[in-house]
Amino acid sequence: MLIGAVLAAGLIGAVMLLVLGANPLTGYAALIDGAFGGTKNLANSALKAMPLLLVGAGITVAFRTGVINIGGEGQIIAGAILSTLLVLALPDVPRLILLPSAFLFGAIGGAIWGGMAGALKSYAGVNEILSTIMLNIIAVQILNLLLRGPLMDPGEIERGSRIPHTERLSGNADLPILPGGTRLHFGVIVAVVMAVVCYVLLFRTTQGLRLRASGHNPFASLYAGMSVKRNVVLAFMYSGAMCGLAGVTLVFGSEGHRLATDGGATTFTGAAGFNGIVAALFGGLHPLWTIPASFLFGALLVGANAMQREVQVPAALILGLNGLVVVFVVASLQTRVRLAQIASRLRGEEQADLSLSDEASSAEAGADTS
Amino acid sequence: MTDTTNGEVLLELDGITKQFPGVLANDRVDFDVKSGEVHTLLGENGAGKSTLMKILYGLYNADEGEIRLRGNPVTISSPSDAIEQGIGMIHQHFMLVPTLTVAENVALGLPSSKRMLMDLTPVRQRIRELSDTYGLAVDPDSYIWQLAVGERQRVEILKAIYRDVSLLILDEPTSVLTPAEVDDLFETLRQMTRGGRGLVFISHKLHEVMALSDRITVLRLGRVTGRTTPAETSREDLAHMMVGRQVKLAPTRTDSTVGEARLTVRGLNVIGDRGTPAVTDLDIEVRSGEVVGIAGVSGNGQRELAEALSGLRPVASGEVIINGTDTTNRSPKEIRRLSVSYIPEERMRDGTVAEFSVAENLILTDHDLPPISRRGFLDFNQIKQVGSALVKRFTVKTPTLETPTSSLSGGNIQKLIIARELSGDPELLIAAQPTRGVDIGAAEYIHSVLMGQRAQGTAILLISEDLDEVMGLADRIAVMFEGRIMGVLDRAEATISRLGLLMAGVEEPNDSE
Repeated sequence: MLIGAVLAAGLIGAVMLLVLGANPLTGYAALIDGAFGGTKNLANSALKAMPLLLVGAGITVAFRTGVINIGGEGQIIAGAILSTLLVLALPDVPRLILLPSAFLFGAIGGAIWGGMAGALKSYAGVNEILSTIMLNIIAVQILNLLLRGPLMDPGEIERGSRIPHTERLSGNADLPILPGGTRLHFGVIVAVVMAVVCYVLLFRTTQGLRLRASGHNPFASLYAGMSVKRNVVLAFMYSGAMCGLAGVTLVFGSEGHRLATDGGATTFTGAAGFNGIVAALFGGLHPLWTIPASFLFGALLVGANAMQREVQVPAALILGLNGLVVVFVVASLQTRVRLAQIASRLRGEEQADLSLSDEASSAEAGADTS
Repeated sequence: MTDTTNGEVLLELDGITKQFPGVLANDRVDFDVKSGEVHTLLGENGAGKSTLMKILYGLYNADEGEIRLRGNPVTISSPSDAIEQGIGMIHQHFMLVPTLTVAENVALGLPSSKRMLMDLTPVRQRIRELSDTYGLAVDPDSYIWQLAVGERQRVEILKAIYRDVSLLILDEPTSVLTPAEVDDLFETLRQMTRGGRGLVFISHKLHEVMALSDRITVLRLGRVTGRTTPAETSREDLAHMMVGRQVKLAPTRTDSTVGEARLTVRGLNVIGDRGTPAVTDLDIEVRSGEVVGIAGVSGNGQRELAEALSGLRPVASGEVIINGTDTTNRSPKEIRRLSVSYIPEERMRDGTVAEFSVAENLILTDHDLPPISRRGFLDFNQIKQVGSALVKRFTVKTPTLETPTSSLSGGNIQKLIIARELSGDPELLIAAQPTRGVDIGAAEYIHSVLMGQRAQGTAILLISEDLDEVMGLADRIAVMFEGRIMGVLDRAEATISRLGLLMAGVEEPNDSE
């Protein structure tokens, strides 16, 4: 069904390409080649996927706890700022200490930013969608303020060009490039490992059981002696920490090795905080499935750029195409949920009693939970 | 009104078969209703009664079989078809709009005499006439939300009569009524049959079935397993037909020694969901080895009482002492740690996480304690061991431990909850509606388990709307009405009529106790 969603988006995209006078076949060939053709392109796709995976795996933790974290952008920025501050303050600490500390500070920054939304929801009843969106805006403005003020590269001030970014950060905090001659760096490994950590957290630990219980049924969780409010805050903190890590990889893995902003709302994140949500949905809200889903989505983004160059269509079309994929993916998930509901309604209700004798169907139903 | 002579066959369902994936819900079921009679459809959950009635009401289509109305084959493919054919249905959960008046609800969906404009005057007039004829006292201008459940049900019946149905299906209509209201309802229903209507009465309460029915058809696993009349049968025989084996309707009581107080409640006040008092100045004591029953019509503060005792709802004033510890306004976790177990009224909402596996639900309350949890990680071997031991001991019917709980039957989910709650041999057990909606076999088993716990010295607070259950299990019975205890009767002095009066809020002259 997900494949269907991508195909449907591609079909509508083809129509749009035709209207714009471009050959869709050439366009899509360029897209696929740009995404998967050769090691370099594959590596670029993986790099694009890295922050999506970190954000997406973190989002699954929040979603499974029954809260919606739209605050990836703000949490990425919070993590990036805190880790940048650390590296700016202690540039000479050896890499083996500085790099892990940068990751730690990034996670803390994201956790604080996410935790605020969680605390607001649990203890003040503020809808988390509203609060995370507001916190995104606040984070962007703080970033812009810092980069135009105290954190601005002294060189920029001297030259008077005043581009809003920091100085080149300490080389001790550069993410090591992986062997193989591509731009692929250590951040990709961090992303995959952390996705596995999210899986273990959710499905293997006591805490994860509590989070999932709160997400599925807060009443029963309360009844069983859990604190749903606390779980909501924790879920936001975990989710935020993952976004914070994404912020770290985006800053210390960037080509300029600095924290930068475009001065607008998208700063340096490339909308990873939102695209990560799509990757998580694409991966069925399962941290492990989010790994391939992020890669595919990252590849789509990279390939779309290649297509733009090849067939000379406006960038807006690519954005539109991405949007279409999102819409179709989400719609297909909705459809799946609806179909499942209808199926269980047909099977369930008073037939539940009888279906017990039918071991096969129940066992089959058991296989696709978790 | 209906112009049929009594005895004419109104409805025939002939060889109805309905197959759901993996389940044969109705297997060549024949059923008929004559005008002027009450024909009861009796069976456990999952026996296929609801499916059959949904087919009749146009909500499902039968795979095979024929529906005939007054001898003519008909196709009913939607509820509006059914209504057009003169078939009415009163659902267990009322289908009324709370913010509209009685007259507006009755008129809802009917053409108005003034076309686009609403004209309620004739509706009001007709409602008053019908109220008089059928003894259904309702003010047409009251808002539904102002009415008590019993009155709401009268509105549902009025709606049906207003539409001049010739055949009325009543799905578990007595579940929300006091014994006196049940008597009134039955009187109204008999009045309706005298007018030539046919009624299908769906129930699992055997004494009501015996009291009201002209004929009884019993379903089990989708098949008709018995056709009889109250004169030819007994409650025990009906239960046998429903379950397929001999059933003990009253639990066996054993001796138990009553010991020290395990639960003491003094002057308890609890606020309900709407911000109004739900429990008022309530005192109660439960000692080890005894079952104290709380009887009453649902919605009189029982749920709020249970929630306050288990820590799920704040106590406004008063105190709750469990095993000598003041637990007023403590968290559910702290209360559980005092060896307190709670079987919640709403098992799907409070008692289980439907999406979780059977094993996960079995350890839900112990998930953070060793041996289930070690250094923050779940020990899946332990979970499996604990789970399979509990499933075996409490005979929970489940294909595997990994089966999602939502695919079990109500009775088995209830057994799962009981297995979990009794696994630690609690000193105090709060059991709210422990057998509501479960089949007779499971109810029988649950009763025997509760009596076993009592014999072991557990103090049990049994909250139940089922009078038979309370009278069968409890050593003392307290009756709740509008948040207060109207009286506490010893087992020996508790009769249905005395309890019924208390349930309706009538104070007893102060000579007992």
